[in-house]
Amino acid sequence: MSDPAPAAADADRQTAETVDDEPAVPDIDLPSDAFDAVLDALGDLDPNDRLRFEGFAVGRDPDAEDIEDAAAYVLEPGGDDPRTGLSERDLHAALEERAPQVTDWYAFERVVGEFGPRRAFLRWIEDADGATVATRYAALAEGIERAWGQLRVIATVTDRGERRYEVRHVDDAGVTREELAAHDDPLDAREIVKLDEKGRYRPLKTAPTLRRGWVFPELSPRDAYELVETVYPATVANWHREREGELDVNHWRETMARQSGIYGVIRTWDRGEGHEHVNWVAEACCDDSQCLKRREWEYDDGTDLDVDGGDGVFPCREPCSVVVSAARKWTRLESEQPRTYEFELTPSEKEQLEAIVDAVADGRIDEIREADTKEGANRYRARFLRAKLFDEEGNLGGVPTDPTDPDDPTDPDDGE
Amino acid sequence: MQSLVIVAHGSHLNPESSAPTYAHADTIRASGAFDEVRTGFWKEEPHFREVLRTVEGDEVYVVPLFVSEGYFTEQVIPRELRLEGWDVSEWGSDGLSADQATLVAEDVDREVHYCGPVGTHRAMTDVIERRAESVTGDPDVGEGFGLAVVGHGTERNENSAKAIEYHADRIRERDRFEEVKALYMDEDPEVDDLPEHFESDDVVLVPLFIADGYHTQEDIPEDVGLCEDHTEGYDVPETVAGTRIWYAGAVGTEPLMADVILERAADAGAALGTALDDVRETTRVATGD
Repeated sequence: MSDPAPAAADADRQTAETVDDEPAVPDIDLPSDAFDAVLDALGDLDPNDRLRFEGFAVGRDPDAEDIEDAAAYVLEPGGDDPRTGLSERDLHAALEERAPQVTDWYAFERVVGEFGPRRAFLRWIEDADGATVATRYAALAEGIERAWGQLRVIATVTDRGERRYEVRHVDDAGVTREELAAHDDPLDAREIVKLDEKGRYRPLKTAPTLRRGWVFPELSPRDAYELVETVYPATVANWHREREGELDVNHWRETMARQSGIYGVIRTWDRGEGHEHVNWVAEACCDDSQCLKRREWEYDDGTDLDVDGGDGVFPCREPCSVVVSAARKWTRLESEQPRTYEFELTPSEKEQLEAIVDAVADGRIDEIREADTKEGANRYRARFLRAKLFDEEGNLGGVPTDPTDPDDPTDPDDGE
Repeated sequence: MQSLVIVAHGSHLNPESSAPTYAHADTIRASGAFDEVRTGFWKEEPHFREVLRTVEGDEVYVVPLFVSEGYFTEQVIPRELRLEGWDVSEWGSDGLSADQATLVAEDVDREVHYCGPVGTHRAMTDVIERRAESVTGDPDVGEGFGLAVVGHGTERNENSAKAIEYHADRIRERDRFEEVKALYMDEDPEVDDLPEHFESDDVVLVPLFIADGYHTQEDIPEDVGLCEDHTEGYDVPETVAGTRIWYAGAVGTEPLMADVILERAADAGAALGTALDDVRETTRVATGD
């Protein structure tokens, strides 16, 4: 899902000229804001220091009287003799020749800024810590595609060296822009992420149920980061920490030990009898089919769970609030003792019950066609089973849940 | 760089629970008072545990969008934000007077200013009045009207009733409404008997809750008798036992709440420029006509 291969799927984008099938570096005009930023940086620079770009550096000429001097600057091309005594005009001409390197510096040092997660994410998109400016600008001219959860990000560069990002649902890759609802404010995404395709509330932002049909066609770097932060909160920050080797994972045991109030009961579920119950929780809630985060937490520091953590780009560092809430319910339910019930079922009825559980667990209910009575979880089949096997109180096979208490002792759980 | 972090409860079940939080964050963003405004939740994302790592600024103000001091503001939020050395005595509060505590958040190894909840701030009194103006559509509402401020009561948190009484007392002292009462959902005087507590023909009922949800949309309307069943809906005003009740819904949805959030941050030292005046002005009820 993190395949960095540049793609050129979007017909709306300009295509760069190619030479020998190698994408060409696009022509970049040095914008005045980038040049002014270089001058500002030089103004603050000690004459012995250099402002470094890929392949060259600029500085202030130590022989110059002050920054107003007509020959105030020095250029140090890699491998060549330095050029000293440059006027502002000379410097501009030299930087104009190297506009890709200068605009690249400007994009990351001045536009993107220092904030670690944002900077790392936007550099990762174009592999800025691996590939040269020329390679990246050529790739950006074609459009660099990245996936983040269900987001598809296409990074491009304008003829002024500015980055632009198009973000849409990964499943809308082949859809023309005109067919999608266009947005430019990243905070608009709060409405997009709230409900799924069927209008149901999404309590977990990283559930793979992001709805389609929208596009942010031309985001600035900062807005692109804000959009990702809005759709998948804190995922970039955690991914960044993981890349830096600093992800603070909190395992199941310590997370549940921390809970208080109505969630304090969860710690009683760990009875020193193994961690099978937590395997079940992870299988129920944390599978890639349920959440796009890659589970990094385990039972405890020395005990891994037996189920797979998933393949997501961004990590999950501790059981989330959805897992904690569900675990509270399971702690209560799992405190019950098993009983032996006796029912009579035909083999097909047993299989049908299994099919119904499977269909609910896999979220397939809506896919089962109304008249498809071959499916055990078909509505008519389920209604037939209920008509045949349930008594008036809703007891399967007429067998009371608690034979000693004719009033069914349902759990008086008050939810959240 | 100055950052504001609004922390709120949120919900796994109700999609509108976070709406007021987002709306107030947007109002404050538009005021330009902070370089950055972030939101964090107990039941949504980013979670309290992870919100601080999404914050860029070095002057961080955390304001809880909660109605009273208690379990959440004293235990849950400080623990989940990992405020080093937090103890409720940091606030030195009598249950109403929490202002702020400056502590290092272990998660990001930076100091944050942890503010008291919005619900107990004196500016909240103005929001309750503003809510009465909004629901009646009358910026001068008061004459001939009673006002009921309604809260949970003490069943879960003794400070809950303190906050209700504090604001009811302040509004009463202002002599704007004919009568002002504090009523509760789970203790006397109960909101169920609202008409018995008022002589006025018109009473504005303002629940001191942050977001509309089960309590404000189902419990209170049914308990008060605005409707038999909340799914039927009700009019505003609705007449119950001869009293016209103007049901305002959660006070936390009132746009002026953004002002209380700003007040909390200002009390903790945030530099806000003209934002307080601007927000008070932009969230004002139109004089109508």
